[in-house]
Amino acid sequence: MLSKRIIACLDVRNGQVVKGINFEGLRSAGDPAELARRYNVEGIDELVILDITATIEARRALADTIRAVARELFIPLAVGGGIRTEADAAAAVEAGADKVSLNTAALADPSLITTLAGRYGSQAVLVAIDAKRDHDRFAVYARSGQAPTSRDAVEWAREAESRGAGEILLTSIDRDGTKAGFDCPLTAAVSAAVSIPVIASGGAGTLDHFVEVFTAGRADAALAASIFHFAETSVAALKQHLRNNNVPVRL
Amino acid sequence: MIALIDYGAGNLTSVKKALAAVGAEVFVPVRPEELTAARGIIVPGVGHFGATRALGDAWVGAIRTRVDEGCPLLGICLGMQWLYESSDEAPELKGLGVLLGRVVRLKPAAPYENSGTVVGSGSSRTSADQEGASGSSRTSADQEGASGFSRTSTIKIPHVGWNSLAIVRDDAVIAGVASGAQVYYTHSYVAPITSDTAATTEHGEPFAAIVQRGHVAGVQFHPEKSGDVGLQVLRNFLLLTSNV
Repeated sequence: MLSKRIIACLDVRNGQVVKGINFEGLRSAGDPAELARRYNVEGIDELVILDITATIEARRALADTIRAVARELFIPLAVGGGIRTEADAAAAVEAGADKVSLNTAALADPSLITTLAGRYGSQAVLVAIDAKRDHDRFAVYARSGQAPTSRDAVEWAREAESRGAGEILLTSIDRDGTKAGFDCPLTAAVSAAVSIPVIASGGAGTLDHFVEVFTAGRADAALAASIFHFAETSVAALKQHLRNNNVPVRL
Repeated sequence: MIALIDYGAGNLTSVKKALAAVGAEVFVPVRPEELTAARGIIVPGVGHFGATRALGDAWVGAIRTRVDEGCPLLGICLGMQWLYESSDEAPELKGLGVLLGRVVRLKPAAPYENSGTVVGSGSSRTSADQEGASGSSRTSADQEGASGFSRTSTIKIPHVGWNSLAIVRDDAVIAGVASGAQVYYTHSYVAPITSDTAATTEHGEPFAAIVQRGHVAGVQFHPEKSGDVGLQVLRNFLLLTSNV
């Protein structure tokens, strides 16, 4: 049976992981390659590197970071943040990314999804959707949650799929950073609307939040950053908890 | 030297990196004639079967000649599908045809209602194959019964993520891989379960996960993205090439 995936996100700025990291015994805590190695040993299923800078210098640093992370890692690696053009995507893929994640650029020009899917295959194209509750709908935001758009998250996910996206990375702006749990109704609504996998993100605070998003939320994968950085929770402990709750995982 | 075939549909960097990690010397031939120097051939690939069009007559001829001479061949994902006669994804194209059967699309379906009947429906499948297939689906149905999980989940296509291997036969290419080991998949089409199947995986229906027929082998998953299990499979293939 297909396992539910646990994906760790590394927010990277100028070659360093920037979300606060508090692992004891991790000497160079800000080094993405070292953190990636540790997560890999613990059994993470996939990694996402999110570039949170946007300058040309940082873009070059990003390629070095991707190369360093990918060197000894034999699990899927996605790269997002600041991928605006086919050339940006090509640079990430050449450095070792298996998938690129599009957000603002896909909203501005949805044909970029099709272009990249045509060049690399749909499996290499993630469309990231940042959604925020707005009365009875989920509004899509661009530019890291700063700019509201007129799009509805469920409809945008459907369109992204029809344009060639291979997966949806769905983040709840309302829950992001709150540790109050994933937005399960949002995740379930999008998951039911598309046939491609949906990765839930935003709000992970406890182990049970993951159980909830894989059952009530119908997520295919869950992504988290700070729960692995801050909490005493390891990837292995999370997966054991999921298995104990009958959620299929790779252990 | 292992020849890694570049036909524009590969994640060549990842495959090269994984092969280097298990100690292989790799070259990417520019012309088909260079295959005479290869001790083993790997056809990688992700994406659409139509991409195999780039493997024109000259490449097909050179690869077939080397395989006839006993050179081990490994197909990965799309590269494995290309080893068969044809694929429903691009019916106008021919595969290499060193393995018998037709590649078909996975069906988005409720998990266990159809698995028994769907398996036997392909024209190239024999009744013996059906037995093997339903045997493996019974096993997972039992595991399923314990959890009850997948009855509430749907089968999404493409099949993306980590899924487990059910080993059917102890072939060289899966030496050291435990039944139940998980590997990384991303695909929508599958090869039929035949007498060449060494391991199966189930996603709505069982399909050929690892195949081996003599010195020709194929893996539907991505060994270059499947952690230690994937590296072990690549190591096994290297051993095949060193025995030539």
